[in-house]
Amino acid sequence: MIRIEPRNNTSKTFAFGIPILSAVLSLALAAIPLLLAGANPIAAYGEMIKGVFGSVFAVSEMLTRATPLIFTGLAAALAFRAKLWNIGAEGQLYLGAMAAVAIGSGAFDISGFILLPLIVILGAAAGAAGMAAPTYLKTRFGADEVVTTLLLNFIILIFLQMMLEGPLQDPMGLGWPQSAPVLDQGMLPPLIERMRVHSGLIIALVLAAIAQFMLARSVWGFKLRAVGENAAAAKHAGIKVNRSLFGVAIISGGLAGLAGVSEVAGLKGYLTADLSPGFGYTGIVVAMLAGLSPLGVVAAAVFIASVFVGADSMSRAMGVSSFLADLVVSMSLLCVLVGGFIAKYRLVRTDTGKVAA
Amino acid sequence: MDILSILISESFWAASLRIATPLIFGVLGALICERSGVLNLGIEGIFVVGAMCGWMAVWLGAGLWSGVLVAALAGALFGLFHAILTVPLGLSQHVSGLGITLFATSVSYFTYRTTLPNVSSPPRIEPFQPLDIPILSDLPFIGTVLFQQTAMTWLALLMVVIVWYVMNRTALGVAIKAVGDNPDSVDAQGLSVYALRMGAIVAGSALMALGGAFLTMSAFDAFFFGMVNGRGWVCIALVIFASWRPGKALFGALLFGAFDALQVRLQTEMGALVPGQVFLMAPYILSIIALVVAARSADYPRALLTPWFKGQR
Amino acid sequence: MRTVLSLNGLSKRFGSVIANNNVTLTLKRGEVLALLGENGAGKTTLMNMLFGHYLPDAGTIDVADENGQLQSLQLGHPQAALSSGIGMVHQHFTLAENISAIDNITLGSERLLTLRRDRSAARRKIESIMEKSGLNAPLNVPVGRLSVGERQRVEILKALYRDARILVLDEPTAVLTPQEADMLFENIKAMTAEGLSVIFISHKLREVLAFSDRIAVLRHGEKVGEMATADADEKTIARMMVGADTPKIARQEMAAGETITELKGVTVSGRSKRDSLESVDLTVRAHEILGIAGISGNGQSALAKLISGLAIPTRGTIEIDDQAITSPNPASMISAGVGRIPEDRHYEGIVGAMTVAENMVIERLSDPDIQSNGLLRRDAIQSNASTLTKEYDVRGPGVTASAQLLSGGNIQKLILARVFDRGPRVILANQPTRGLDMGAAAEVGRRLLEARARGAGIILISEDLDEILGLADRIVVIRDGNLVEADSQDREKIGMMMAGEAA
Repeated sequence: MIRIEPRNNTSKTFAFGIPILSAVLSLALAAIPLLLAGANPIAAYGEMIKGVFGSVFAVSEMLTRATPLIFTGLAAALAFRAKLWNIGAEGQLYLGAMAAVAIGSGAFDISGFILLPLIVILGAAAGAAGMAAPTYLKTRFGADEVVTTLLLNFIILIFLQMMLEGPLQDPMGLGWPQSAPVLDQGMLPPLIERMRVHSGLIIALVLAAIAQFMLARSVWGFKLRAVGENAAAAKHAGIKVNRSLFGVAIISGGLAGLAGVSEVAGLKGYLTADLSPGFGYTGIVVAMLAGLSPLGVVAAAVFIASVFVGADSMSRAMGVSSFLADLVVSMSLLCVLVGGFIAKYRLVRTDTGKVAA
Repeated sequence: MDILSILISESFWAASLRIATPLIFGVLGALICERSGVLNLGIEGIFVVGAMCGWMAVWLGAGLWSGVLVAALAGALFGLFHAILTVPLGLSQHVSGLGITLFATSVSYFTYRTTLPNVSSPPRIEPFQPLDIPILSDLPFIGTVLFQQTAMTWLALLMVVIVWYVMNRTALGVAIKAVGDNPDSVDAQGLSVYALRMGAIVAGSALMALGGAFLTMSAFDAFFFGMVNGRGWVCIALVIFASWRPGKALFGALLFGAFDALQVRLQTEMGALVPGQVFLMAPYILSIIALVVAARSADYPRALLTPWFKGQR
Repeated sequence: MRTVLSLNGLSKRFGSVIANNNVTLTLKRGEVLALLGENGAGKTTLMNMLFGHYLPDAGTIDVADENGQLQSLQLGHPQAALSSGIGMVHQHFTLAENISAIDNITLGSERLLTLRRDRSAARRKIESIMEKSGLNAPLNVPVGRLSVGERQRVEILKALYRDARILVLDEPTAVLTPQEADMLFENIKAMTAEGLSVIFISHKLREVLAFSDRIAVLRHGEKVGEMATADADEKTIARMMVGADTPKIARQEMAAGETITELKGVTVSGRSKRDSLESVDLTVRAHEILGIAGISGNGQSALAKLISGLAIPTRGTIEIDDQAITSPNPASMISAGVGRIPEDRHYEGIVGAMTVAENMVIERLSDPDIQSNGLLRRDAIQSNASTLTKEYDVRGPGVTASAQLLSGGNIQKLILARVFDRGPRVILANQPTRGLDMGAAAEVGRRLLEARARGAGIILISEDLDEILGLADRIVVIRDGNLVEADSQDREKIGMMMAGEAA
């Protein structure tokens, strides 16, 4: 007979080891679909590595891909820390992107010193509003935020199509559902000449560092952790639980909104309905792989971005569907979930009369 | 515009029932899982798996009903995965469910793309046809609304009755309800909490997959990426609206279907005045409203989301 | 009389804690055996081994079969215990509230995969048991709508329906009124006459002496005594339970000072009677411990929530130090000088995943010595924790370890340290010693008396009348959401008041 017993203490080795092991394992498991698709896994892994680290351009592409994932990963990690299940980063990303083009594509032809901060702040505010609403429904009516944020994603996406065929449509765009481009002075400057990696990455890294610091060292972070770990005790101790939840909702939504701003004003320059290939949902995987730690989010985002960029390049070279990347990403989430179990509990075999560890 | 004339038209009600069919499967599946105390957010991905596997089986030469069976088995398999993670391992039901959705979706897409690498337009199968029941189909109104649906719609309606009967009239249903309310109550009576919960999740997931299969084998005749489009999440909202009761689940799904059918018709009539997207949004907004309305009054299964470990009380 | 059950040398450890050590016990047919012991003496663990919920580390169990022959019981299998005729009624009921009593009773004894259920036979059997034993409960209503007493009867019916020959009752009277308790024991008598053997776990000497045939006493996981009830008296048993050399808490008489807290006509409308108060008045003065006595579920939780700031009164006023509390919430109560020791320390007392040091400052996050400009002063938090753990003797793996690694007693000490260190004017102590061992419980009592000497006013809510009689200067009885002051410390009279009879 086997019983499950909690471990007395969870060591730091587990905290670092499990995500890394999960990442490696999910990549290794990708060999199975590769074989089924008739590809040589070794060659495929080779192509992936070349595609990510083979050149400065490749690394730049990977970091470009990692940038929105750091934002959405942080959005999920902070909210999940407070047990606020924000599954709506995808929608909040588009809200941020819409705000960015609404302000940045010619409505105000002003100096970049004003325009760029305005785009960033209002983009974040739009995302924040997108998470404040379901948080209100949760605290006021008890409506489960998992379902409301999920459904809001669809609503926002349809709203986006409406905007792109209406007020936000590029008058010069020959009727395509896309926005007018963001003015040059409203764009986030690129980091390396002729490469796509842009200063949105710097913003993301700075925010990750700030989040890490605030979570561990500030009263705000203390309250957030207390609310997430035991809301009843936090409330009993005089912490205003709903206020904490709203606070983190606004920050989480804001971060997701920034992902949208960064994609539009850092990379694409204009907005279409396929701006995000699921960055919001992937952010959840990033956050879980990171063990909900903000600095861990950076590492996890780099890993996931590598998987996507590597799989794309492998797909071009070997003709295996690039959905392989989604497969690896989803497997890494499941691996880290099971890994978390191994870190927290141990299986104890119980024989008659004796308990053996 | 004349809403009344829409509301009394046969085609409107026939469409409502058609749109409701996958939701009926989905809500019933989610209901069974949640009644046993486990939230199954894998539903969205399981819809995709059901849609892909059922269609693929038929496309590879199986009969339509074999395709339905394949879809159900595939759904059950992913349900089993979720069950293992959430029941004996007691992992976060939220995260596991989302993981299953991502995994099931990517497995389906990868398999489809790998099997059919170079198709420009999706290949088609011969889907379920409306059952033309002699005499009954010729009845005015009812004939069109009810008796010209496909067999899968009938299966969905039959499932409502079966699930209702099992939940309310059998010892198994009592045990499932009990394990979702207080797992210790079934454990103390010598029943297995794990077996009941895992069984419920597997069965519920099989039903969810049928909702997906309906899309590719009855509503349409091909598999598209993104075709499930949030239907699974809608079911999660509807099950709360339905207070975990099969009868109300049917009502909720039909209400949703009717609303969806109405918006399509209103869109064609009012398209010039209001952008079409307003109507597309409506079903999702309706789901959120339903959730808000039901949230406080809903009698949640008390043990929902709470893992249970043997020997720890 | 034949032996129907024999526990032979059972031992069980949880980590480093020895819950049971080499316990041997026998039970005869038709006998009522009382298993006595303080909280944490190992009674419940022993019964959980009997019922297969825990696997013993050593020892065996023999149970009589239908023919009265002792057979060894397969350990660690509730199903085996069930089928050999052992029924257990847990302290926390194992009932599903969304199904009816008859469904709860028959759950698990019907085939799950049959399409039709014929329950007329089951109903007849249950009704005949009800008639024989006098245990009555509505069968068709969802159990969630039954009273506590009714639920307990359903629990017992569950065991009897399965032809239990041995019935274990874990603190069956904890949630009952004295009348309900007496009725329960009447019913048990009726059943033992039919051949049922009963073990009941209790720490209430009175009912043990009145209703058992034999008494076994556990202390620190070991059996320390066993005797026929006829030969027993309160003193000897009490000494066995607590051991010879437990220090009696020295309590000095003290004149009460000025009024610190006053409730005037306060009404709290909770969802049920359990968490409601009806227009109550209450005064707590300095240098005074006010004991709130009552049977569980008579409004104690509403009173505790009110003083903790978790319940908002619909009518009436709360004054602390002559200042009306206009918007009661936990933060405003804390800053008004209320120290709160919550009933459920794991659920409301600590954030288990956070460190001991963090839990010690969680109620004073706005204090300037804890934070400046919104940033935590980590050194101050550390040194605060080191000082307090020393002063309050909180033992565990250190102040940077998570609080959930502490034992129950040390968690309570952590909470005491947090509360008492602030020098609160009023202290709400809600079941402060529940589940603690003697040493930790004595420590709680000592700290409360210390605070009293310092000039605090203390509201002590306890279901343990002995604890209240030992500590309180004044006693108020809570019943059905009403408060009535007792005019004496006479346990008989207070017991009657708790039961709702005119004293």
